[in-house]
Amino acid sequence: MKKFSSLLHNLILTPSRNTKIKLLQDYFKILDINRAYALAILSDQLSFQFIKASKLRELVYKQVDQHLFDYSYDYVGDLAETISLIWPTNKTNKEGKSQNLSTLIENIKKIKKSEINTEFSKVLSELSNNERWTLIKICTGGLRIGVSERLVKTALADLYNKSVNEIEEIWHGLEFPYENLFQWLKNETSKPKIDFKKLFHPMMLANPIDEEKDFKRLDANKFQAEYKWDGIRIQLMVSSKSVSLYSRTGDNISSAFPEIIETTKGDAVIDGELLVGGNFKPSGFNDLQQRLNRKKASKELQKKFPVFIRAYDILFYKGKDLRKLSLVKRRKYLERFQKKNTTNQIDLSTIIDFSTWEELTKYKNNFYDDLNEGVMIKLKNSEYLPGRKKGYWYKWKKNPKLVDAILMYAQRGHGKRSSYYSDFTFGVWKENELVPIGKAYSGYTDKELLVLDKFIRNNTTNKFGPVREVKKEIILEVAFDDVFPSTRHKSGVAMRFPRIHRIRWDKPINEVLSIKEFKKEFKID
Amino acid sequence: MDFINHQLFIKDINVHIDPILPKKTAIITHGHADHARFGHDHVIATRQTIDIMKIRYGDKCAKKFTPLRYGQKYSIKNYDFTLHPAGHILGSSQVLIEKNNHRLVITGDYKVGKDETCKNFKLVKCDTLITEATFGLPIFQHPDPKDEIQKLIRSVKINKNNCHIVGAYALGKAQRVMNLLRQQKYNETIYIHGSLEKLCQYYSKEKINIGKFEKVSSKDKSFYEGKIIIAPPSALKDRWSRRFPNPIICMASGWMTVKQRAKQQGIELPLVISDHSDWNELLDTIKKSKAKNILITHGQEDALVYYCKKQNLVSKPLSIQGRSDEEIE
Repeated sequence: MKKFSSLLHNLILTPSRNTKIKLLQDYFKILDINRAYALAILSDQLSFQFIKASKLRELVYKQVDQHLFDYSYDYVGDLAETISLIWPTNKTNKEGKSQNLSTLIENIKKIKKSEINTEFSKVLSELSNNERWTLIKICTGGLRIGVSERLVKTALADLYNKSVNEIEEIWHGLEFPYENLFQWLKNETSKPKIDFKKLFHPMMLANPIDEEKDFKRLDANKFQAEYKWDGIRIQLMVSSKSVSLYSRTGDNISSAFPEIIETTKGDAVIDGELLVGGNFKPSGFNDLQQRLNRKKASKELQKKFPVFIRAYDILFYKGKDLRKLSLVKRRKYLERFQKKNTTNQIDLSTIIDFSTWEELTKYKNNFYDDLNEGVMIKLKNSEYLPGRKKGYWYKWKKNPKLVDAILMYAQRGHGKRSSYYSDFTFGVWKENELVPIGKAYSGYTDKELLVLDKFIRNNTTNKFGPVREVKKEIILEVAFDDVFPSTRHKSGVAMRFPRIHRIRWDKPINEVLSIKEFKKEFKID
Repeated sequence: MDFINHQLFIKDINVHIDPILPKKTAIITHGHADHARFGHDHVIATRQTIDIMKIRYGDKCAKKFTPLRYGQKYSIKNYDFTLHPAGHILGSSQVLIEKNNHRLVITGDYKVGKDETCKNFKLVKCDTLITEATFGLPIFQHPDPKDEIQKLIRSVKINKNNCHIVGAYALGKAQRVMNLLRQQKYNETIYIHGSLEKLCQYYSKEKINIGKFEKVSSKDKSFYEGKIIIAPPSALKDRWSRRFPNPIICMASGWMTVKQRAKQQGIELPLVISDHSDWNELLDTIKKSKAKNILITHGQEDALVYYCKKQNLVSKPLSIQGRSDEEIE
């Protein structure tokens, strides 16, 4: 545990990719059961949501005064780190009695729900600060230490003289404790055999297009375009025996969408977008959210918010691996699949006819009454490659909607923005008062953040716990993808993905819109 | 205690403690720039604080200087002033003000833990305590500085082809790091940023063991492989640091307790070495001072005010203008 937690500590503080690889390689020189756990943790494969944040808070409140904890958490901005620092260490156990990673996790798995309060607290007391931090990160899931799965694979591949693509290819067929992988890496056996048809295949992703550079460089004739939809990207695996649906990260989400699973037939692996709407008319992300993050969907919900899949691509057809074929050829197979598909849950993504980049612009910006997010631009002869490879697929998003709003409240941020006042609530006029219309914590440059942070510290007019109210004099130009009516907010609107576009130093606050004008401009009743 | 206001100003006799702007009479607790400023008529401080002010601002940075030994009384009307060791940096002091049997202590910045580079903190009992609260949150529990300095020594041993640049405030922290290295038997020459030179020379003259040091010069890059260089934090991100071979960026500061903080600042090797009291030391000092009235300045006041109130002590934050949290050490 000591070794693994100092590995994480060093990884989080190292900016250099090469040093990260070196640190990983030092750690993975030995391949044992502890390393198997480490690999599972680093690649987010250890499905081990042992304890929730709310439960952790409950435990820490038993150790320290609630207010003192809350002040500290507000300052640190990271729950795991605050708890690890504030938790009283059992000093009698300081010397060397570090358990190894695998024993520790196995022991924790044995803790019964009814005993969490005493047993898990005991474990936390016996660890050092850094080990405690590591354990909490593991137990709540999601490390966020700036190390991608890909980087771990690269480190392993280099260390054991394999190619990273070989590891990538078999990755989703491997299971903890990775014995077959470790043996192959050590050259004790041959490469693990994987049944590729049953695997979730890492998806091909697009890079944002650079309008200035890329359009000069790229030949429009070599590309095809499709609309970009604002749903969730899925992979649908259909065989005579079973149908399963996976999210972009490879999570099986079949049980949440029974209508797809029950009606789809055939033998294929499809890449597409899951959308909500009847008759293949998407009704917006707000509706889709009613179906997300649920384990099950009632008949009523299925009826109220029907889902469908807009298919983009096909990876396997009748057992045949199509990934090495060109996009154009794969499309032919996709059409063949669709012809035989009898359900009304799947349609095909439309291919946009265009011959110059200028022509494509009009499709990007205004189409389908705002329901698409922009366009995808795909190299016609691209193979289906896992990950975000450069030069094959591009996304070109619509220009965002913009509104000027007045900064009202600020709060300290989390993660890499912890301690800075970086979460901003902004509003527009309602008669002589301001009413908040949204909250944003990104989009600004580092410099703008420093300016805003300083302004907030020097111009606080009121404090509500961690929230500071500020003098109403800064205007933020807020960019957002969309805005919906909402009954939950005082203003009656909810924005999708608002971010700070820039600070409007030039504009006086009385020129900001009223909520009435705002609703009118963005067509909200 | 009504005789002093939230700006640490005693109107009755026109005396300020650590004023930001030029004043008639200023009692200065220590030489850091957020406490000691240029341009007062009359400065009252320890001899070492006065020396440090002269090094930083020139001999004429005040019209008149009155050096006081620790414990030496200085009276204006019916106010008696004495200075007592604060353990923060060389020359640092707390200010005890006695008037009509009321004892008021202004701690200035202070550290309870041991430190060979200055006189160690002395607890002064009082009725009213004005304490700093730089690390006034229970997450701050400073580790043994020896263990922290060992981390640096170990990293130097392992990474022979890298140089280690340690960010440390030019006054106090830099010399403390050097002294800690010497205590742990690191006997190599320590290389310093030019802005540290005069202060290091002064510490040496005052017989503080900081060992052999040398100003960084334009030597061949490879010369600095395996060496320790000490520089003010502002130089870490500057072009200055790019002249060194594969530098590992370190920082000696109490803020390094928080990983996210270290990461934000691009620190690869954080060393939790602080010249301020940590949470437990703050509580302990408040308790042992026997003061019933606690005023809190400098930093994370909220949690400490809350704690004092829970102990039935009268407590409130003092916000002194010109000092925002987190920028000072």
